[in-house]
Amino acid sequence: MISESTKARFAKEVAKYPADQKQSAVMACLSIVQQELGYVSPDSEKQVADYLGMAPMAVHEVTTFYNMYNQHPVGKYKLNVCTNLPCQLREGVSTLQYLEKKLGIAMGETTPDGMFTLQQSECLGACADSPVMLVNDRSMCSFMTPEKLDQLVDGLRAAGDK
Amino acid sequence: MTAQQILSQFRSTGVQTCFHGRHINPQIYAGLDGSNWHLKDYEARGGYQALRKVLGIGGGEAMTQDQVIATVKESSLRGRGGAGFPTGLKWSFMPRQFPGQKYLVCNSDEGEPGTCKDRDIMEFNPHIVIEGMAIAAYAMGISVGYNYIHGEIFSTYQRFEEALEEARAAGLLGNNILGSNFSFQLHAAHGFGAYICGEETALLESLEGKKGQPRFKPPFPASFGLYGKPTTINNTETFAAVPWIIRNGGQAYLECGKPNNGGTKIFSVSGDVEMPGNFEVPMGTSFAQLLELAGGVRSGRKLKAVIPGGSSSPVLPASIMMDCTMDYDSIAKAGSMLGSGAVIVLDDSRCMVKSLQRLSYFYMHESCGQCTPCREGTGWLSRVVDRIETGHGRAADMDLLDSVANDIMGRTICALGDAAAMPVRAMIKHFRPEFEYHVEHKTCMVPAYV
Repeated sequence: MISESTKARFAKEVAKYPADQKQSAVMACLSIVQQELGYVSPDSEKQVADYLGMAPMAVHEVTTFYNMYNQHPVGKYKLNVCTNLPCQLREGVSTLQYLEKKLGIAMGETTPDGMFTLQQSECLGACADSPVMLVNDRSMCSFMTPEKLDQLVDGLRAAGDK
Repeated sequence: MTAQQILSQFRSTGVQTCFHGRHINPQIYAGLDGSNWHLKDYEARGGYQALRKVLGIGGGEAMTQDQVIATVKESSLRGRGGAGFPTGLKWSFMPRQFPGQKYLVCNSDEGEPGTCKDRDIMEFNPHIVIEGMAIAAYAMGISVGYNYIHGEIFSTYQRFEEALEEARAAGLLGNNILGSNFSFQLHAAHGFGAYICGEETALLESLEGKKGQPRFKPPFPASFGLYGKPTTINNTETFAAVPWIIRNGGQAYLECGKPNNGGTKIFSVSGDVEMPGNFEVPMGTSFAQLLELAGGVRSGRKLKAVIPGGSSSPVLPASIMMDCTMDYDSIAKAGSMLGSGAVIVLDDSRCMVKSLQRLSYFYMHESCGQCTPCREGTGWLSRVVDRIETGHGRAADMDLLDSVANDIMGRTICALGDAAAMPVRAMIKHFRPEFEYHVEHKTCMVPAYV
């Protein structure tokens, strides 16, 4: 079930659109679900569909079309490293490789402790900040040298549930 | 430290990309320092004076809708999102007497590889976009607007939401703005990872809560846009240019640039330069000067090639590029496009096959799948470039690439097909020997030690 606090966040999004166009809020509602639960399950899709008066399949079309929705559970921290051309020219690929080595996983995989999922990403829109990495869809991390990557990964491990 | 504190340490400060003091006569980025994005700071810089002027508040007659549009036409402002379409002309297409709801949409879905200018505008000067949109809404008689922001720059979306709240609280948005008869509601929406939504009709589909698949045009958004209603869509930087134009006049803006290419333009310079960043300079500034602003080619290397207007624009070799000025007409004459103003610089250690391999993969990944020539063709382009790069190319592959590109171009609903095909054709046109060398020797022409 969608909690009352989540419903309040949904309502704020729905209020942006005409009364007969609640569906417009689907992108935002799904991202809220993902922030709270870590991914978008078929059950969540159904609940969002009911809330917005959409067919569940119409919600599923959105989840599957946009790259950032997690259709399956991911690690506590999803790390998306941009390797598109402007980043490839500025250590984007070696950043990804450094993390693969440090975390002991290949891109697309999750560490056995469930802490990190590592993904290659397309243009994040921060080309002059390369190497760049997006953490959990909402935190853009810029100029990620190996030292900063160490600081980030080790720091997040040490932070635990804080 | 909490996880959030750890992550916030790596948030961009804008020092490298925006507050480097290396702009030339900036209008949009002028006077920014990262902390002065709030309403009071913007007003201290003269912000919302243009909106007041348009509404006739604080002395002077209100401008008519026709006067606002005529001023924008006179300025020669052209769409900053990539197409370069005259903004005033676009505004004049909106049916002003239309009895139903009309919409204004800002395209901040900045995902063209190489482009990162709108992010800095919204992050560090969000009110300039709000003011520009309010003036546009007034000129076209529109009462509701949306700013659709690239999902990956989520913190920028949150910043823009905060700015909207400030504007609403001050009576600069909402009903009866500043006590006038003009009402305008503006909201922010976000994408969630789909390059195609930068295409204006795909963006509208996404804003309606659907897959972002482009619509066939015509009908154009001016007659059938958001929810089927008349809609005008402009890029973030386009709206951000409007307040200056209203305050200083169309002629003054035009004179900042060169004929038919008015004003200043923000160029995002990335790749092999010493200081990548955004640089706001007058239209018509020489490429050589822009390169110098970005600190020149990295590590003192030689310039090899430049992709002058985002990943979709055809690559130009150094010799051609060094003679260009940065404006729509000069870059078009040289055989490419100014596009979104994203300048990707490649030095002489770069393999063009490898560069194209990454771009072709991107277009395959981002094709929405709606049109067969693009859905299948981008896959062909990617696989063939990939096999050349990995030493499995065939002698006929360059002709094959050309033929596949030809079969995509002009045969799709939107421009993504052309955007995927153009870089391939340009790379082969200008750097064919590198591709041939790869096929013949199964290795790179550019030695690894360069």
